[in-house]
Amino acid sequence: MKMLFRSLHRFGDYILLLGKIFSTPDRWSEFFRRFKDEAYMLVIDSIAIVVTISLFIGAVITIQTQLNVSSPLLPAYTVGLVTRDTLLLEFSSSIMCLLLAGKIGSNIASEIGTMRVTEQIDALDIMGVNSANYLILPKITAMVVFIPVLVVFSMFSGLFGGYVVASFTDIIPASRYIYGLQSYFIEYYIWYTIIKSLFFAFIISSVASYFGYRVKGGALEVGKASTDSVVVSSVMILLLDVILTKLLLQ
Amino acid sequence: MIEVKHISKSFDGRSILNDISAQFFDGKTNLIIGKSGSGKTVLMKSIVGLLRPDSGEVLYDGKDFLRMNPAEIKTLRSEIGMLFQGSALFDSLTVLENVMFPLKMFTRQSAAEREKRARFCIERVNLSGADKQYPSEISGGMQKRVAIARAIALNPKYLFCDEPNSGLDPQTSILIDELIRDITREYNITTIINTHDMSSVLGIGENIIFLNQGQKEWVGNKDDLFTSTNEKLNNFVFASNLFKTVKKYIDHSRTKE
Repeated sequence: MKMLFRSLHRFGDYILLLGKIFSTPDRWSEFFRRFKDEAYMLVIDSIAIVVTISLFIGAVITIQTQLNVSSPLLPAYTVGLVTRDTLLLEFSSSIMCLLLAGKIGSNIASEIGTMRVTEQIDALDIMGVNSANYLILPKITAMVVFIPVLVVFSMFSGLFGGYVVASFTDIIPASRYIYGLQSYFIEYYIWYTIIKSLFFAFIISSVASYFGYRVKGGALEVGKASTDSVVVSSVMILLLDVILTKLLLQ
Repeated sequence: MIEVKHISKSFDGRSILNDISAQFFDGKTNLIIGKSGSGKTVLMKSIVGLLRPDSGEVLYDGKDFLRMNPAEIKTLRSEIGMLFQGSALFDSLTVLENVMFPLKMFTRQSAAEREKRARFCIERVNLSGADKQYPSEISGGMQKRVAIARAIALNPKYLFCDEPNSGLDPQTSILIDELIRDITREYNITTIINTHDMSSVLGIGENIIFLNQGQKEWVGNKDDLFTSTNEKLNNFVFASNLFKTVKKYIDHSRTKE
């Protein structure tokens, strides 16, 4: 019961913080400068890891699909089709965002948490700057605006990973893999995954910012906030994944 | 002038400040002194608005801060400069950018004007040449001076310093104290300093408020400190070996008289 009340209290506090974040910036020029910096630091800096992970996962999905669906009753291009749909429907949005909750979420929580314990946020407040808006809004907007870029990179590199496996092994001819990728293609799946990623980007950046912003204490608490933010945003992503899948695909 | 009237504050039922009333004067270095845990920081945070007191009034030139509307608070904030215990400089900005920050946020000055003002403030705290360095690349004393430069960039009417000498060697502490005192006089600022450093108290204590267990125990200036008969103040002032020796001499000369 106590835990339920604490969770409700935290949720209310999170909503209040969102109210503080979504107000007009004190200086638009400063907002756009920070937006550019955050986009670079949070998103552009993540492209390499997203591409690497997607490339390998695409390769693995291709191999595993071939192993599991190898049947004379199924055409060879099924492997390409299943790989594509797995990447598009689930991996490039949900699983990629779970990974980003670890990389970007912990980065945001520890950065803002450190600013809190070193009184940098107090310094902003004393100056009359809306610290939540100044620090967090550029992060959320940069994440939401640029997450589709990461999703698209993830999709292409995952599919390319499968192509590499098809090209360099004899599990499936590369031409059949490509044919599978093109078969029964539903364009809406792209939009579906991008729409999901927008929600996940908001969750990752806002939840991590909340945990960082509300840190009290020292280095130990900053570390704990960072871990908590990853755990909570991962759970929220999974929960939202179920809801969005139901709403958008059925 | 800043005046607090009957300020009380408690956390989880534990009283931290108990009915504190005090005045802090323009152009003077007003010191809040007391042991660790005596409520100094809570009092300062309550005055500056980082904490909301449970009861009482915080008057800035006669206007109650706790009853101001958001627009008035915003205006007041631009008149406040604060020097934090750990300097609180923005890590990602250079010294020059740190000092320019409040100018960028709250003035309509051109970039050239902002830079000119920031360089003037940096020069005022004797830090010319360090403007391109990051906070992590300069010493603790230099960081404090950058924080002072940032605090005075907007020509504040009120300056708050939370333990400005913590972590500094005695010589640098004196330099920081003198800088704060000179700036206070030069710009006729109402300066409030939280400290338990007796060297600062004796160096720049023009109006001293002594807190003990959340209560105002004594008010005076540095000249009254050694002659006070307040037992709690004497216990605080003469806690160090150096001052115990001084006390011995004072008592000795008193008995001679």
